[in-house]
Amino acid sequence: MYELQDVSKCFGAIQALHPLSLELPTGRTTVLLGPSGCGKSTLLRLLNGLLPPDTGRVLFGGKLLPSGGEALLSVRRRVGYALQGGGLFPHLTGEENVTLMAHHLRWSAAKVRERLGALVELTRFPTDALARYPAQLSGGQRQRVALMRALMLDPDVLLLDEPLGALDPLVRHELQGDLHDIFVRLRKTVVLVTHDLAEAGFLGDNILLMRDGRVVQQGRLEDLETRPADPFVSRFIQAQRPLPGGGAGGGA
Amino acid sequence: MRGAWGVLLVSLLVCACGSASTSGEGAHGVRVGSKKFTESVILGEAATQLARSTGARATHRRELGGTAVLWEALRRGELDVYPEYTGTLRQELLSGRHLPDDAALRAALAEAGLRMSRPLGFNNTYALGMKEAEAQRLGIRRISDLRAHPALRIGFSNEFMDRADGWPALRDSYQLPQQDVRGLDHDLAYRGLESGALQLTDLYSTDAEIAAYGLRVLEDDLHHFPVYDAVLLYRQELEALAPEALAAMLRLEGRVSERDMVTLNAEARLERVPEARVAAGFLASALGITSEVRGDGLASRVWTRTREHLFLVGVSLLAAVVLAVPLGVVAARRPRLGRGVLGLTGVIQTVPSLALLVVMIPLLGIGSRPAIAALFLYSLLPIVRNTAAGLAGIPLEVRESAEALGLPERARLWRIELPMAAPSILAGIQTAAVINVGTATLGALVGAGGYGQPILTGIRLDNAALILEGAIPAAALALLVSGLFDVVERLVVPRGLRLGPASRPR
Repeated sequence: MYELQDVSKCFGAIQALHPLSLELPTGRTTVLLGPSGCGKSTLLRLLNGLLPPDTGRVLFGGKLLPSGGEALLSVRRRVGYALQGGGLFPHLTGEENVTLMAHHLRWSAAKVRERLGALVELTRFPTDALARYPAQLSGGQRQRVALMRALMLDPDVLLLDEPLGALDPLVRHELQGDLHDIFVRLRKTVVLVTHDLAEAGFLGDNILLMRDGRVVQQGRLEDLETRPADPFVSRFIQAQRPLPGGGAGGGA
Repeated sequence: MRGAWGVLLVSLLVCACGSASTSGEGAHGVRVGSKKFTESVILGEAATQLARSTGARATHRRELGGTAVLWEALRRGELDVYPEYTGTLRQELLSGRHLPDDAALRAALAEAGLRMSRPLGFNNTYALGMKEAEAQRLGIRRISDLRAHPALRIGFSNEFMDRADGWPALRDSYQLPQQDVRGLDHDLAYRGLESGALQLTDLYSTDAEIAAYGLRVLEDDLHHFPVYDAVLLYRQELEALAPEALAAMLRLEGRVSERDMVTLNAEARLERVPEARVAAGFLASALGITSEVRGDGLASRVWTRTREHLFLVGVSLLAAVVLAVPLGVVAARRPRLGRGVLGLTGVIQTVPSLALLVVMIPLLGIGSRPAIAALFLYSLLPIVRNTAAGLAGIPLEVRESAEALGLPERARLWRIELPMAAPSILAGIQTAAVINVGTATLGALVGAGGYGQPILTGIRLDNAALILEGAIPAAALALLVSGLFDVVERLVVPRGLRLGPASRPR
């Protein structure tokens, strides 16, 4: 679905992304994994044109990603996007957030209603909460609204930037399960950013472990665990293991 | 695009103001003006009533803010006639021409298409005055008589002490010997005369106090003080357009003596008779002309002022919103340009309102137009700044989400950014509106009417009731406008933005 050729990005003096070539296969879930500031969110924003690359080319469906205008807008309508906290519009209800783009494209009321019903069922969102404003929703509910909004136009691609980042552990666990089911059901091309190894392994077919603007290793979780490409990979995996015997750190 | 907005706006503004200020003034109506002191208002009133006595339509723009305002308005043809003084014309308005006498003055005025009546009969200039009884006792009639009384106790206003043509020049030209000369406040000087602490002070030769305190005005036998003969100054074309009305007004020539003027000033200032009635009384006794003086009740006066005030505030605010909100959007989108826009509107804000009003007069004349333009300019800063701040305050993830959805820029602005910035934008408009209500009171200085009119008159006449007649409604209107915006906010600001985090269920 995506092909990146020698893509790089700088912010001032900081090289957020070193030249990178990469293919993201259609219908698969790719996870961008790594610590804060490793360039994973920058990479994600290159995929829907929120950021233009400094060098190289981003190909979407074999064609160059447009840099602006109507062409870029139509690409974005085929690429759903949700980020940490949801990025919901606070002045619109949950339903209005989800259907905003459909209304802008003048979908019929029946079509909007039908699609909304399908999404509510898919994301297991309580129907009566659709009329609530973001400020009245729980963190998990807001994330589900963000997901519905990203899926409303039935896009080919879903880009998720730490979608579960700000949630407490129980809600997070529940949503991880739901996301997994959704990915399996929809079979869309998904690119998910996270810094959580277990989440990456659970949701992703293919993991890109990143550090300081470079991809350190690419593969399945087992590959990373059994054949780490360099000491950083081992350290990263080690750091996210459960503490042995409840232990040395004095945790419960 | 932005240029087109500006042109549209200015033309809207001019249309709105134009239709307002031309209403009620027919092709052959006579427009009389007067300065913001009592004598000028009485003379303006008298001229207006005389013009009306011929059946002509005449309007009186009272209490305009200063000589320059009236002079400009007359030259631009926004006024047809106003009372002026030959001294003011020669020493102030045409001072660069060094005109030696009234004939030269007439010639200079004719070049500008203006005419001057013969003197009305009184000379309002600097003079020296004493209590009548005291002057009689000492045998003082003329200023030169003072030479014989070196021990006289004298108190002059501070201004007269300092002016080059004041006391120092007077002392030199009359060779006066007095040493006991004190500078003090004018009001205190009158009280000093009354108590006997002072024997001589300076005054204007038609001051109301001359009658009130029983003062004798000493004759300026060496003609030291410049002559300030009162005249009517009018546009030449009035001779063709309204000859009868002009002839009637010119009947004032030579008919108003200094004694008459002192009496009329005293009636208006000390007895608080409205100027229109003072003028009518004089016309009846001196010229045998009866004119009907219409006195509005308090409620009707306040209602008229309210309409004028609301017009000034409403039009200027509306125009400011139309320009300032787009400017705020531009300022938020392009920070460098935005700093320029904010800087410029900030500079406008620092221009003193009186100066801004006077600067507007050559461009826009007198009446509501310059006032609306000034208020419009003052309203820009709070609205531009709050619009820009409201847009800049939208969280990055919200802006990114809107962009990533594939919404075009214009739709993002209308559906997401402006609604989210609405509370801030409204607060800016509210600030501008409240400031406008207060500042619009200055509009009376350029003939725009409004609550400033009674305030101005009240200050001139030292009449607290009149000041309150303008100040109380102005304060009430400011509160009302502020309250109104709270209601508007409830209607306009989306409900989702008014929910605090407290209402979020866990």
